[in-house]
Amino acid sequence: MNDLLQVDDLACHFSVRRDHGFPARRVPLKAVDGVSFSLAAGRTLALVGESGCGKSTTAKAVLGLTHKTGGDVLFKGAPLPKAGTREWRRQRQDMQLVFQDPLAALDRRLPIGRQIEEPLHIHGVDDKAQRRETVTRIMTAIGLKPHQAASFPHELSGGQRQRAVLARALVLEPSLLVLDEPISALDVSIQAQVINLLVELQERLGVAYLFISHDLKVVRQISHEVAVMYLGRIVEHGDPETIFTAPAHPYTRALVSAIPTVRTTKRERIILSGDPPNPIDTPPGCPFHTRCAQAFERCRIERPELASTGDGRTVACHLAHAPDVRAVA
Amino acid sequence: MEPLVSIRNLTVDFDLGRRVSRALRGVDLTIGRGEAVGLVGESGCGKSITWLGILGLLGGRAKVHGEAWLDGRNLVGAPVSELERVRGKRIALIFQDPSSSLNPVHRIGRQLTEALKLHRGLSGAEAKAEALRLLDRVGIPAARQRMNDYPHQLSGGMNQRVMIAMALAGEPDLLVADEPTTALDATIQAQILDLLREIREDSNMAMVLISHDLGVVAENTDRVAVMYAGRIVEQAPNNLLFERPRHPYTRGLLNALPDLEGPREPLTAIPGSVPEPWNHPAGCAFAPRCDHAHGACHSEIPSLARRDGHHLSACLRTEEMLGHMLDDVSDREPARSYA
Repeated sequence: MNDLLQVDDLACHFSVRRDHGFPARRVPLKAVDGVSFSLAAGRTLALVGESGCGKSTTAKAVLGLTHKTGGDVLFKGAPLPKAGTREWRRQRQDMQLVFQDPLAALDRRLPIGRQIEEPLHIHGVDDKAQRRETVTRIMTAIGLKPHQAASFPHELSGGQRQRAVLARALVLEPSLLVLDEPISALDVSIQAQVINLLVELQERLGVAYLFISHDLKVVRQISHEVAVMYLGRIVEHGDPETIFTAPAHPYTRALVSAIPTVRTTKRERIILSGDPPNPIDTPPGCPFHTRCAQAFERCRIERPELASTGDGRTVACHLAHAPDVRAVA
Repeated sequence: MEPLVSIRNLTVDFDLGRRVSRALRGVDLTIGRGEAVGLVGESGCGKSITWLGILGLLGGRAKVHGEAWLDGRNLVGAPVSELERVRGKRIALIFQDPSSSLNPVHRIGRQLTEALKLHRGLSGAEAKAEALRLLDRVGIPAARQRMNDYPHQLSGGMNQRVMIAMALAGEPDLLVADEPTTALDATIQAQILDLLREIREDSNMAMVLISHDLGVVAENTDRVAVMYAGRIVEQAPNNLLFERPRHPYTRGLLNALPDLEGPREPLTAIPGSVPEPWNHPAGCAFAPRCDHAHGACHSEIPSLARRDGHHLSACLRTEEMLGHMLDDVSDREPARSYA
């Protein structure tokens, strides 16, 4: 199968100043450190993890909005042109981005119709009537009334605003939409509307989603594949049903068990001790070993690589591949 | 037994100059000693305003009316000097974002000892020892070193632990936790909720947990009140509310919630959105979005009526809804086992 997006060994390292010590030193912060995945047309890959795990940096690097320090991003089989160039801008028509907070993403002083029309203008649709027609069509498709084109963002509800942001991202008919926590800022009753809309739009338009979220319940609802990230690396990758019902990596297990539920049948909760380590000071060996109850000697020395477990997913954990290894060690 | 706090017909109006916006439209709620009550609802429904209003923290433009009884005294309209003895000492508050609640230019230890001085009259070595004990109590490792840290040197979860320690400084009878874990990651959220549960078990402190996350409330409270557009629309013991929701809004919320288990099917969204305070419907506030609304729903405001036991629902059509619900539940049972 020809993949729409292919990411190989992506790395984004930043140089930051240590906030204490003299003389001040610059140390590398490995926000993304060797991430690989692929995404087929019309499918959804979710990147999940806690804040600081590198999921948003990955998304930005995919679009060329953040400078990558290593690895390759192939979109439709070709490497991404250098950011800021004319070719890159042309390419970006086909890959769009939606952020978390719709009110911050929209211009408060422009009616939303003008904002939805703007990408067409930028990408050279010169015929005004044609632009207007496209805007009306996309607004109807997304569940906004054409007369709302004259409304300002503050006149719309939260759900309508996120629809306007989606309309603006979809007006150029991209084949990839990167959604960075698009649901998180919305209320429960509105969340369901937007989730359903995203699923429906994908069926209708065949657009692929790279969906960034920390909410596993939303991710399960929307994605075909899930990649769980921890400290800049993917620790488990596979089908959402497999991952959420039988997580293999101890971190995924804790993450899944930590989700509060209204069900009265309770799952066993695993409470991790401590915070995720500082990404400028990642521990040697497995980055998760400092919080892992199952960690043994090898975890402190050798970093586990992402490898297949035979049931269609890949896991980066020594124990997942050789459960009896601890007895030997 | 006499409840700890008893709120009756509480209303809050904001004077916006040209018009008055009503944020709270008559809330009745009692909190028993040692009880954990959840307040859920969408943004703007008044769940935080209720407590800020009672404690006089809404500023001059807010007009608070009604009653809020604590130990035989009405806190609404009480003089500031009296409220100051209640805030932090009898009723403590913790908020969503710990790093903006803490003072960024003072060390953790100083902020904690200040609270101890105010509420318990401790000072010097005594206050320091107590501050250490509290930091230790909320699970902060190496408390002695952390006392000298500034909030920016601690993580979000650690800062929330410090906030909880400060709230405990006054040994309050009631802790109002306003979205205490919304800004935190899932695994850290589990830690903080676990800590709050542990503290409550040890100290018999009552807690009001305000959250938009139904799962968080379901797992951490005894009783839940669901709010919509400035009113409580349903109130029931935890298991009843989540297993047999009565109000169409509560049922809508539960149906709109994605789940980690069970079959994956399209979510049932609640159509429309919450009414603006200046455009409030004449009858039931939820009627414009409700599938079951008919005639009277659009003109008459339903009261929070007790049909049986402790399950209260503010809906004119509760009887019909009960019949409806039985159908619904039998439809749903194989797919979503709530029992």
